[in-house]
Amino acid sequence: MARELWEGNATIAEAAVRAGLEAFFGYPITPQSEILEHLSHRLPELGRVFLQTESEVASINMVYGAACAGARVMTSSSSPGISLMQEGFSYIACSEVPAVIINVMRGGPGLGNVAPSQGDYFQAVKMAGHGDFHPIVLAPGNLQEAADLTVLAFDLAEKYRTIGMVLADGSLGQMMEPVEMPPMRPVRPPYERPSWALTGAEGRPPNIITSLYLVEEVLEKVNLRLQAKLRQIAANEVRWKEYSTEDAELLLVAFGTVGRVCQTVVREARRAGIRAGLLRPITVWPFPSARIAQLAEQVRGVLVVEMNAGQMLEDVRLAVEGRRPVRFYGRFGGIIPLPDEIMPELEKLDAETR
Amino acid sequence: MVTTVEIPTDMELVYKYPESLTPRSTHYCPGCTHGIIHRLIAEVIDELGVRERTIGVAPVGCAVLAYEYFNMDFCEAAHGRAPAMATGIKRVSPDKVVFTYQGDGDLAAIGTSEIIHTANRGELITTIFVNNAIYGMTGGQMAPTTLPGQVTTSSPRGRDVETAGWPMKMAELIGMLGGAVYVTRQAVLDVPSIRRTKKAIKLAFQVQLAGLGFSMVEIISTCGTNWGVSPLEALDWAKTHMLAYYPLGDTKVSDAVRELMGERVTPFTMVKSATEL
Amino acid sequence: MQEEIIVSGFGGQGTLFAGQVLAYAAMDAGYHVTWIPSYGPEMRGGKARCTVIISDEEIGSPLIRRPSAAIVMNIPSMEAFEPAVRSGGVLVVNSSLIPQRSERDDIRVLYVPGTELATEMGNVRIANMICLGALVQALGVLPLRTLEEALENHLAERHRKWLPLNKEALQKGAEFAR
Repeated sequence: MARELWEGNATIAEAAVRAGLEAFFGYPITPQSEILEHLSHRLPELGRVFLQTESEVASINMVYGAACAGARVMTSSSSPGISLMQEGFSYIACSEVPAVIINVMRGGPGLGNVAPSQGDYFQAVKMAGHGDFHPIVLAPGNLQEAADLTVLAFDLAEKYRTIGMVLADGSLGQMMEPVEMPPMRPVRPPYERPSWALTGAEGRPPNIITSLYLVEEVLEKVNLRLQAKLRQIAANEVRWKEYSTEDAELLLVAFGTVGRVCQTVVREARRAGIRAGLLRPITVWPFPSARIAQLAEQVRGVLVVEMNAGQMLEDVRLAVEGRRPVRFYGRFGGIIPLPDEIMPELEKLDAETR
Repeated sequence: MVTTVEIPTDMELVYKYPESLTPRSTHYCPGCTHGIIHRLIAEVIDELGVRERTIGVAPVGCAVLAYEYFNMDFCEAAHGRAPAMATGIKRVSPDKVVFTYQGDGDLAAIGTSEIIHTANRGELITTIFVNNAIYGMTGGQMAPTTLPGQVTTSSPRGRDVETAGWPMKMAELIGMLGGAVYVTRQAVLDVPSIRRTKKAIKLAFQVQLAGLGFSMVEIISTCGTNWGVSPLEALDWAKTHMLAYYPLGDTKVSDAVRELMGERVTPFTMVKSATEL
Repeated sequence: MQEEIIVSGFGGQGTLFAGQVLAYAAMDAGYHVTWIPSYGPEMRGGKARCTVIISDEEIGSPLIRRPSAAIVMNIPSMEAFEPAVRSGGVLVVNSSLIPQRSERDDIRVLYVPGTELATEMGNVRIANMICLGALVQALGVLPLRTLEEALENHLAERHRKWLPLNKEALQKGAEFAR
C-alpha cells in the first residue's frame, strides 16, 4: 500500500472505515469535525450508517444502542463533548458492549479553546464516568499510529467487550503526515453478529442488556467480573515505545504530541552529551507502570512532560514509587511545549541528580 | 410465582399470557396500569407475529424492569435516552421492530431533546409514552406532566405554573413534527378506553412495519400510590382531571397512515392565509 | 538533513496549500514530512500559517520556534518570522505587500513581488506558488520538478484546470533564486 498524505482527523475516520465501521453517530465540535465530515460522505457511499445527532448525549446513546445490536460503532468528539458522553461510557462499560470513542482533546477547562491539549488524561484514564471502570485508552503520537491504533481500538473493544478510546489532541487532528492506510476489512454481515447481541429472540431465549442490578450481592459480582477483565487487559495490552533508553541516565516520559516533541529533545540532549532516553506510553490505560519501574532502577531521574498541569505525572510517580526524583514540565491553554523549553528542565534534572 | 395448571381437555382456553410476556408477576403497585399497557403491547406483538424480531428499550422510571416482563430482546437505557438508543439499534438493524417504553419524567423532562429529534427524523420506531402526571419510582415528585395545583412531594402547595411552568402536552408537541406520522393520546381508565388504546398501539406498530415514520402512543395512566388514593379513585381522578387537560385523540395521522388504515385520503385543501388558521 | 519551513500570510493567500504542495513533493521524494497548520478563528482574512518539516529521519516535534526557511506573504508575517529564521536560512518576502527590507546579513532574503506577478499572470491566487518556487529553488533540497509532479498527482479534480498556471508560477518564482 502506498503512503498518502493524510490530515489527522481524516486519518482516524478513514482507518475506522477500513476497520469495518458500520455506523457513526456524532455532533460537530472543533478541532475534530473533519472526522464527522469525512464519514458523512464515506459511510453512505459504502451503504453504511452515518447520522449527525442533536447532541453528544444523543450520540453516545445511539452508539450504545447500535453496540447492543452488535454493530461495529464509533463516535468522536472533543473535550467538552466527551464530558457530556460520560454517563453513556459508564453504561456501556457496565453492559459490556464494545464501542470506540475518539477524543481529539482541546484546551480546557470550560469552553477553553480549540487548540491542542492533554487536559483530559484524568478523565479518560481515571474517571471516564461514574462507578468502577476504565476504558482502554490508546494515545497516538503520529498519524500512522492514529490509523493503526484506531483499528486496534475496534479489535480491543470487541475482544474485551468494553470501550476502546483513542486519545488524540488538536494538533494530531489538524496536522498532515504520510500514512499507509490499513487494508479495507469487510463489514461483518448482520447474521454474524455476536450471540449476546440484540438481534431478535428467534429460536432462542431473549437477550437482555442492562446495567441495572438491584441486589447488592449481584452488583458486587458484576463488579468483580469487570475488575477481573480489567486485570486481564492490564496483563495483556500494555503498549509503549522507547527511544534511546538502553544506556539512558535520564528518562523522559511523555505521550501523544508532546511525546514526539520529546523525541527531538532526546536527540538534542544526546548531541549535548546528556544520555537521555524517552518512554512514550501508547496505552495510557493500562499504563506501562512495570517498565517505568524497571527503567527507574536504571536512570538517575525522570522528567514528565505534558500539555496539562501534571496528570500522567501521578501515574509515573506511582510507578517510580520514590525510587528516583520525578520532575514535571507542562504547558496549558493549547500550547505545545517545544524542545528549547524542555531542554533546560532536563539539564536541571541532570544537575540535581549528579 | 406462577404455577402451571394443566387445562382439562373438556374445557376451552379463553385467556392466557401472551407469548410476548414472561409468566412473571410484576413489581408494579396494586392498581397500577403499567401491567395493562404491557399486556396490550404484548398482545399486539403476538398478533403481528413479530416477537422474534422485536427489540424493546426500557426507560428509567417505574418501568425500568420492563425487560423482565417482556419475552423478547430488550435493553435498558439511561434516563431519557431510550429514543437515542432505539435510533442506534434501528439504524443498524432496519429489519427489526424497535420500540421504547417511557414514562413522563423520562420522555417529557430529561429526555425531551431525544424524543423530539428522534420523532423529527422520522425514525422507524414506536414509542409508548405512559403519562401518569407524577414521578412514581422516586417517590411521587412533580413531573413535567403534573397538573396545575396538583400536590406532589416536591410541589407540596400544588404545582404553581408561575414558577414550575405548565404541564407538557407531548402528543400535541410531537404531532407537529415532520417525521412523526402517527401520534395519538389514549387512556387505560376503563374497558372502552383500553380497547381503543390497543387499537392505537397496533396501528403504531403497523406504521413502523410499513416504514412510514415515527409513531407514538401517549397513554393517560394512573398512580394511585403516589396520588394517595385507592385504585378506583385514581381512575376517577384521571378521568376528571387529566382528561380535562389532556384530551384524548389523534394529534397526527399522515396521509400515508390513513391509507394504511384503509381510509380514503381526500386531497389536501390549501388554507387561504395563516391568519385564518 | 532536516528543513523546517514556515509559510505565513492572510487566510485566502494560499499559504496552507503552498505548504501542502511542498509536503506532497517531499513525501513523493521519499522524505519524512509533517505539515501542521495554525490559524485564527476567521474563515477568511485572519492569519494562516503552516509549518512543514522535511527530514531524512523520523520527525519528532512537528513545531519549531526558529525555522530554517520561511515564506512571508504579509506584513504581520514578516514581523513575526523575519527575526526567527535561523542563521544561514532562507526568507522569501512577498514584496508586493511588504515594503520593509530585512537588515539581516546572516540569511538569504529573496524579494519576490508575488502578488503583482500573479495578477499579471491572470490570477492573484497563484502568488503562493510563485513564492514557493523561489523558496524551493533557494533551498535546493527538492528539485522544482518534484513540486510540479506533486501538483499533477494531488491537485483536486476541480482545480486541475489551474495546473499549467501553477507550474508556470513555480518556474516564475524559481527565477528569483537562480
